[in-house]
Amino acid sequence: MDENSIPTESIDKLYKELDKEAESSGYHLNPDEEFTRELVEGLLVNEKRYGYRACPCRLASTVKDKDLDIICPCDYRDPDLSEYDTCYCGLYVSAAVLKGEKEVKKIPERRPSKSEREKLEKKSENTATGMTKLSKPVWRCKVCGYLCARDAPPEVCPICKAKKERFEKFL
Amino acid sequence: MEINHVEGNTKGEIILYAISTCVWCKKVKKLLNSLNVDYYYMDVDLLDGREREKVEEEVTKWNPLCSFPTLVINGKECVVGYDEEEIKRKIKSG
Repeated sequence: MDENSIPTESIDKLYKELDKEAESSGYHLNPDEEFTRELVEGLLVNEKRYGYRACPCRLASTVKDKDLDIICPCDYRDPDLSEYDTCYCGLYVSAAVLKGEKEVKKIPERRPSKSEREKLEKKSENTATGMTKLSKPVWRCKVCGYLCARDAPPEVCPICKAKKERFEKFL
Repeated sequence: MEINHVEGNTKGEIILYAISTCVWCKKVKKLLNSLNVDYYYMDVDLLDGREREKVEEEVTKWNPLCSFPTLVINGKECVVGYDEEEIKRKIKSG
């Protein structure tokens, strides 16, 4: 896979960026640097291949709209950190793991199956409206849960830095 | 279809469905290599079109969430995820 080989400098750069971003917003990268760098490389491979940083440990559909939930950081990171102290691939870990009090182990897949996802998508098209009488709609970041009341979601989530497309209309 | 074969001691038909960028899938490959067993593997993310659909259907039969790594042993048993103990146990009993 030479076409997908990633220069070491690019891995270093993204690793540092992600680490800084994580620490500044209360998240932590896995302290096992070798392991984490492999995942960072996977993100860069996917970015090159698909144009977006799909989770290295999940099968990307290659269609961005269908993979929004698994663009790193994925929609499942925060619930997995709360329940298992690690995200699905092990890139992000809890403070307990960082302190060496807990270990990163394999965790179950939280992402619904393809057929379930299709059903959920149809359902959300049918709901999501209804609440009225608010002066502004409320937008929710699907990555970290940040809420804001404004006409449109922000370009980038001020908390976790997820992009606009990761917001849903909450109220 | 590209199926990779790693030669070793035959302990039955062992097929690993993996993703080329997945660290846990790489750990399973390393484990199988260290056990020196004969196995086949496919990096599903490197397949396209109909071929990929077919493999996804096959993986879904064993593991409805179609997550990776999925290891199928003798067409009878399956291990989802990197679980060293379970893989060792099932390969021995398979």
